Amino acid sequence: MRNALKRFLIIDKRNAPNQKRLAWAAFAVLAIILLALPFAIDGLFGRGWVRVLDFALLYIMLALGLNIVVGYAGLLDLGYVAFFAVGAYCYALLGSPQFGIHLPFWIVLPLGALLACLFGILLGAPTLRLRGDYLAIVTLGFGEIIRIFLNNLNAPINITNGPQGISMIDSIHLGEFSLGRTQEIFGITFPAAHLHYYLFLIFTLLVIFVSLRLQDSRIGRAWAAIREDEIAASAMGINTRNIKLLAFAMGATFGGLAGGLFAGFQGFVSPESFGLTESIMILCMVVLGGMGNVGGVVLGGILLVVIPELTRHLAGTAQQALLGKTVIDPESLRMLMFGLALILIMLWRPAGLWPSSQRRRELIAPAPPSV
Amino acid sequence: MDIFLQQIINGLVQGSVYSMVALGYTMVYGILGLINFAHGEIVMIGAMVALSVIQLLTGAGFPIFFILLISLMLSMIVCMILGYSMERIAYRPLRNAPRLAPLITAIGLSIVLQTLAMMFWGREYHSFPLLFTNDSVHIAGAVITEVQIIIITVALVMMGGLLILVHRTRLGRAMRAVAENPSAAALMGVNSNSVISITFVLGSALAAIAGIMISANYGIVHYLMGALLGLKAFTAAVLGGIGNLRGAMLGGLLLGLIESLGAGYIGDLSGGFLGSHYQDVFAFFVLIAVLIFRPSGLLGERVAERA
Repeated sequence: MRNALKRFLIIDKRNAPNQKRLAWAAFAVLAIILLALPFAIDGLFGRGWVRVLDFALLYIMLALGLNIVVGYAGLLDLGYVAFFAVGAYCYALLGSPQFGIHLPFWIVLPLGALLACLFGILLGAPTLRLRGDYLAIVTLGFGEIIRIFLNNLNAPINITNGPQGISMIDSIHLGEFSLGRTQEIFGITFPAAHLHYYLFLIFTLLVIFVSLRLQDSRIGRAWAAIREDEIAASAMGINTRNIKLLAFAMGATFGGLAGGLFAGFQGFVSPESFGLTESIMILCMVVLGGMGNVGGVVLGGILLVVIPELTRHLAGTAQQALLGKTVIDPESLRMLMFGLALILIMLWRPAGLWPSSQRRRELIAPAPPSV
Repeated sequence: MDIFLQQIINGLVQGSVYSMVALGYTMVYGILGLINFAHGEIVMIGAMVALSVIQLLTGAGFPIFFILLISLMLSMIVCMILGYSMERIAYRPLRNAPRLAPLITAIGLSIVLQTLAMMFWGREYHSFPLLFTNDSVHIAGAVITEVQIIIITVALVMMGGLLILVHRTRLGRAMRAVAENPSAAALMGVNSNSVISITFVLGSALAAIAGIMISANYGIVHYLMGALLGLKAFTAAVLGGIGNLRGAMLGGLLLGLIESLGAGYIGDLSGGFLGSHYQDVFAFFVLIAVLIFRPSGLLGERVAERA
């Protein structure tokens, strides 16, 4: 992120001390903006948009998790939302009246992430020998299996409460301090949406930090090597199976983490939230923003949460004004846009809106002639 | 016994539909090495077009076979055009791109087609009109309806025709040549681009027929019907050995049987814990199991690894 920022500001390399000061200044400005953002949005657009912001952060976490699998390791995972579901249901089952268990969130959240990680390994261990497109289909199937089970595990023993989902989930709370209601700290009133924003921001920054550190680490380089040529990578002594499994497990962990936060924030989970559409949407964020580039993925996450939200508000009124009736309902418009975006991006900007430099070279360089 | 036989018949009917769709996957995969993810949506569009045509013509007093023929023709033509343009727009420009790229455009296409179908035909389930009398034949206690007999017959005829086309004609030889080695085929004077287009068109025509067959069998059409069907048909293609025509046929029938027998007996086997609503899970377990234990499929000799 800092590198990207530097490049963005086009700072002269010869002027090192100045550059450092500038970078810190930019950081300070960014921090202030991020801290003040919910209040500004609340004041300008209303409380609903702060919730949109919270969702944007959740999706950024998910997209960054998927980015590890798709962007770094080059494994197309179409069932990523399954891990999100595992995390969410773990939180929901252990913190709701469903079983009467009310564990605190600092136990449930890591538990959910761990469980998701376990599922990632369970899915990855047998399937990672497969080539890319087979893997995509198998993961898609896995996502569906999880959803079918969530939908049907209400009989004969009621575990997931079936299609109705689990409601009245405990809000995220630490002792007496709950994020679910308005709190007053140092004389400033923080509504629930704002409190969640700060919590999600912390986790998002954590995920970004881990992603960035991983990217240039030994593991990150191994992922890139596998992505580019698996046979060559294994010839260089990389244990491809374990390294791929690691990518799967890490991606799944982030997914589970986001799932737990989602359940605590929403207070309600149902299988409907974890369909193929969600997986595709998260994939869209990664592809649109730029596979393998953290900044790009963050951008993609923001765009794909905010734009559909905007169209939901504007498309209906615009169509009413122009045509006198609603021709396309906002939900279809959103899906149509996702689909077209995937096609057009692949055709014209295969490396995404903000590509990583390496990925760009890879995707734009002509492939060797097929033999 | 009669329940067992009934499940077998249901499985064969369902399986012959899977086979028809699986052929589309397998032909494209055999030639391009690409999973045409949007193939299931073509099945759905085929069914939808046929539905609209039938609804339009039913009131006019035409004989039933005429209506059926016209709807079949029109939906095949629409699907063929769709398949052709799909290849031109979303796959051909990416032929030399990394493997992930065409897969992602295919997902995009399938979303776009689904959404367009939803806008056109609505979110609700349509009932597919009953084209034949509900007569049925009783075989040893099991019931097979007229529609089901027609489905199995049509499927067999189509598969036979396809096998003859691929193995006995000049076009089929060109297709096999391109599948074997595109550049060598081009040197021998095969226009590989048109062969690939024809492959997509053929697969789409089969998909249109399959779409009508499955809607006639269940009597229901829905804009989301293609996604799951496509996934199962892909499973069938993998089960038989992807890229292999006979494999797709065998895989489809087998998957149909596994599903219907599995759904019929899972309740007894698990002591009532799991019910027949887990029917859709079987296909995925079959898929995962095949990919783990025999990635080349039952009849496939292709090695799954392609550098």
